[in-house]
Amino acid sequence: MTADANAVLNSEVVAKKSLSMWQIALRRLIRRRSAVAGLAILGLMIFIAIFAPVLAPYDPTLSMLDANPPQRIKARTAPCIHLLGCPADQPQHLAGIDGNIRDQFSRLLYGARLSLIVGISTVTFAIIIGTILGAIAGYVGGRVDNIIMRVMDVLLAFPSLLLAIAIVSVLGPGLINALIAIGIVSIPAYARVMRASVLSVREMEFVLATRALGGNDWQILFQRILPNALTPLIVQGTLGIASAILDAAALSFLGLGAQPPTPEWGSMLGAERNQVFTAPHLVFYPGLMIMLTVLSFNLIGDGLRDAMDPRLFHS
Amino acid sequence: MIIQYALRRVVAAIPVLLGILLVTFVLARVIPGDPCRAILGEKATEAVCSKFIEAKGLNKPIIVQFGIYAKDMISGNLGDSYRLGMPVTRLLIERLPTTFELSLAALIVSVILGIPLGIISAVKHNTWLDVGTMVWANVGVSMPVFWLGLMLAYIFSLTLKGTPFWLPPSGRVSPEIISTPFYQVWGWTLPESGLWSAFLNFSGRLNILNALLTQNWALLKDSIAHLILPAFALGTIPMAIVARMTRSTMLDALGQDYIRTARAKGLREIAIVFRHAFRNSLLPLVTVIGLSFGGLLGGAVLTETVFGLSGVGRTLFEAITARDYGVVQTFTLIIAVGFVIINLLVDISYVYLDPRVRLK
Repeated sequence: MTADANAVLNSEVVAKKSLSMWQIALRRLIRRRSAVAGLAILGLMIFIAIFAPVLAPYDPTLSMLDANPPQRIKARTAPCIHLLGCPADQPQHLAGIDGNIRDQFSRLLYGARLSLIVGISTVTFAIIIGTILGAIAGYVGGRVDNIIMRVMDVLLAFPSLLLAIAIVSVLGPGLINALIAIGIVSIPAYARVMRASVLSVREMEFVLATRALGGNDWQILFQRILPNALTPLIVQGTLGIASAILDAAALSFLGLGAQPPTPEWGSMLGAERNQVFTAPHLVFYPGLMIMLTVLSFNLIGDGLRDAMDPRLFHS
Repeated sequence: MIIQYALRRVVAAIPVLLGILLVTFVLARVIPGDPCRAILGEKATEAVCSKFIEAKGLNKPIIVQFGIYAKDMISGNLGDSYRLGMPVTRLLIERLPTTFELSLAALIVSVILGIPLGIISAVKHNTWLDVGTMVWANVGVSMPVFWLGLMLAYIFSLTLKGTPFWLPPSGRVSPEIISTPFYQVWGWTLPESGLWSAFLNFSGRLNILNALLTQNWALLKDSIAHLILPAFALGTIPMAIVARMTRSTMLDALGQDYIRTARAKGLREIAIVFRHAFRNSLLPLVTVIGLSFGGLLGGAVLTETVFGLSGVGRTLFEAITARDYGVVQTFTLIIAVGFVIINLLVDISYVYLDPRVRLK
């Protein structure tokens, strides 16, 4: 079959179905049960994050001694749920009281905001820098490519959490510095993905055609090459959010990330880790929230990888 | 042929090793304050500092300084820890065995459980067994190491107290158990210094190996009991990754023509699964296992924190927070170099697993 005939055939297929790649991917994504489960958990987390002030019974940093009316309650009291037989004359605390006599349930809800922001902002930062570096490396090639990719190799030679700890130690502990550290550590993955995509697309006919029509490098890079690299970047990014949330929680657990009294799951867990035998609820719930959030991004990422695999299109 | 290939990989790793050296060098220069007090501690006097600056060439051009640093590191002159007042080499010999035992145990857990889970999942594709395993694997990769560790400690050290399933929540060995290094039991004298002495010292601190060599069964039992919880905490994420990877590569392999041929020949299913399909899915599996070492070393910081083990990860973390840069520099360097060497070994192992790699 000649190239002309192929083109005609392709345009017919497109005309008949008139579904964009994104629509097909979305349809296939929601056909996968695990991805739907992931979307449901993520939807719940986003809902919690947005409506935390409405849903939370107390301010996340408020001591119950200062509540209105004040509650005479001991630190690290176990959960009291009226439906499960906790006496009605005791104030209800769905996830118990933490070491500073705060309502843990409220803190858990507010924590959803922080974790989602942490995951998405670090990955956005890493994708922007990684994509630019990878695009330059792949497009320019030669010595520039060599230097950029060797630097990426060096970054990859350090276990990511250890490198993040080292960077935070230089910048000083704190949530913003932890974000920067995790962002830097995640750059190489995106640079590699982008470079690989650029290399595979650079010599294709449609890129040559754009050049022949007088397109400059920027047009070629942004209008021709980047759209073709989006699929792997999106998959990598979704899975990247999961590991960014885990790493940020780990840094906070070690006391290098979010500082008290910020309601961050990792630091809540870290602050009470020595009380695991006497007040397990203070360790169990924050960890459960981290796990659910990370799980949702992992499930969606896996689903997207299959749904957006071009080899499986039209099947 | 194999040697040529191996040499090529080693040469390709040299720029990365130099880069690592550069990063750890920069690490000690970008911290606020003067490098002398950063490395020797805040209390270092003027006289000590000027001597130190002279010795380390800190008044020389930066490129010369890097040369001195690189020479020191390569010749094994790793400096001192000002906080603990001992040579970093000795600290490393003391702390490395804990992490070595822990990561090895975690790796064994992940491989021994992950591979069979993946194979079963692939062979019983789309059954409840497969779905269950994969749900579990997805949950496994999403669990924070420190949370899993604390929860395991809660379940096995508190809830199961008094039952035969009780496991100790922290430490490497119970205080009443005495571990005599094998070289002492065998009546060897430890040389003052040198590689041989370091090696004996290191392996004498590997409790399980030492217990086996000295036939100290109480120590063996106690060490293993202490190792189980940390190993599972650290090994769960790689186990889940290994299970997922095994499943997908096995599914790929089981769909190939040569599997149909093997079936047509009337081979037993077990031979088909192991000799034909599994052998061919080993390559990506080895890659994943090699890569998971990085995660293990990062996770070791958290696991050692949770289980009160003073290994390399915990020591490095404490050194970072105490700004003990002599230790930070060297430990980071050692870990990164170890990671590069493991990846190198993985690359070279390809040749044995897949002869086609040699041709490229």
